[in-house]
Amino acid sequence: MSAEIRKITVFVEETLTEMGQTISPSTRKAAAVAVIANPFAGRYVEDLTPLIEIGAELGGLLGRKCVEVLGISPAQVESYGKAALVGEDGELEHAAALLHPSLGKPLREAVEKGAALVPSSKKRGGPGRPLDIPLGHKDAAYVRSHFDGMEVSLADAPRPAEIMVAVALTDSGRPLARVGGLKASDIEGKDGLR
Amino acid sequence: MPDVKIRKFLTIVEEIYHEGGKPVAKPLKRGAIVAVIENPFAGSYHEEITGFMKDLEPLGLDMAKRLVAALGGNVADVEGYGKGIIVGQAGELEHGALWHAPGGYAMREVLGGAKAIVPSSKKVGGPGTRLDVPVTHINASYVRSHFDSIEVGVPDGPRANEMAVVLVMTTGPRVHARSGGLKAEDIKGEDGLR
Repeated sequence: MSAEIRKITVFVEETLTEMGQTISPSTRKAAAVAVIANPFAGRYVEDLTPLIEIGAELGGLLGRKCVEVLGISPAQVESYGKAALVGEDGELEHAAALLHPSLGKPLREAVEKGAALVPSSKKRGGPGRPLDIPLGHKDAAYVRSHFDGMEVSLADAPRPAEIMVAVALTDSGRPLARVGGLKASDIEGKDGLR
Repeated sequence: MPDVKIRKFLTIVEEIYHEGGKPVAKPLKRGAIVAVIENPFAGSYHEEITGFMKDLEPLGLDMAKRLVAALGGNVADVEGYGKGIIVGQAGELEHGALWHAPGGYAMREVLGGAKAIVPSSKKVGGPGTRLDVPVTHINASYVRSHFDSIEVGVPDGPRANEMAVVLVMTTGPRVHARSGGLKAEDIKGEDGLR
């Protein structure tokens, strides 16, 4: 099954200064959000395979959108995350079906590599609810400078029978990272952790 | 008068395929760009503030160019526009009025002489405050199919001593516009109204 997409919204955030310090190069994050029809709204369906297939389709589509708006090569992506907001007639498990089984592989293809777990969040709510997409380094989950998040919201989504599916990518860590821990420059990038 | 100090840019582009009706072949694009900048007048009453309008012009031009690029880069695709501002809590609504001239000038300059008044909204608010920015046709305010609005907000801005200035543009009518009134193809485009 392929996604019935009502709209796709892309956000790009670029930070140039913080606490009076110039951020050079500026840090940038992008999020791509698809608003799709929930094929199982309002009824209990045991087999969620169609949503798993839609997740695979959106992982690649939304990942490529983010890379495109950042104007970088896939290899330049530094961190990633995913999230879903299910409209009121759906269940949290619908978000799980979209996000977990199959979204990651095409997303990793869109960002080249991606050894680390893709951090995620999910919830149910109505139009305008903010959705916080967690962010972590794509090749080593313990890189402390890249733990972050990006908030997105759409005034008119999700409607009761819709789901918002979001992917966020960055080309950088936090603007003034200085709390130590594993550095991006020191990772091995093999086990997804360090 | 101090230079404009920019903390961050947030760019948002929506591609809308349908809203319950027949999906359109070419999706409607709605874009917004927000710059979070320092408010040089925050914290105390300043009688003379108009000099800042000139300072804002280069920023306006940069934002209008960035927004056109985010919408695909073709000036001729832009059919609707609007502007807005959220003033942080240590500022006053009057500071928001400083965006009228440079925001409008910037879009007219970049779009090649649009005729209609640029509709606007403003408020004082804190981080995460949402602003509904009105949208009308760029050459004739009465075109009914192009009346719209775009909700924007920045999760971490504006801080008390900041302001978030906004420009928005659209590439066409509402996705299923069918409420009659003056049509875009019937305008004269001389007085900015019809």
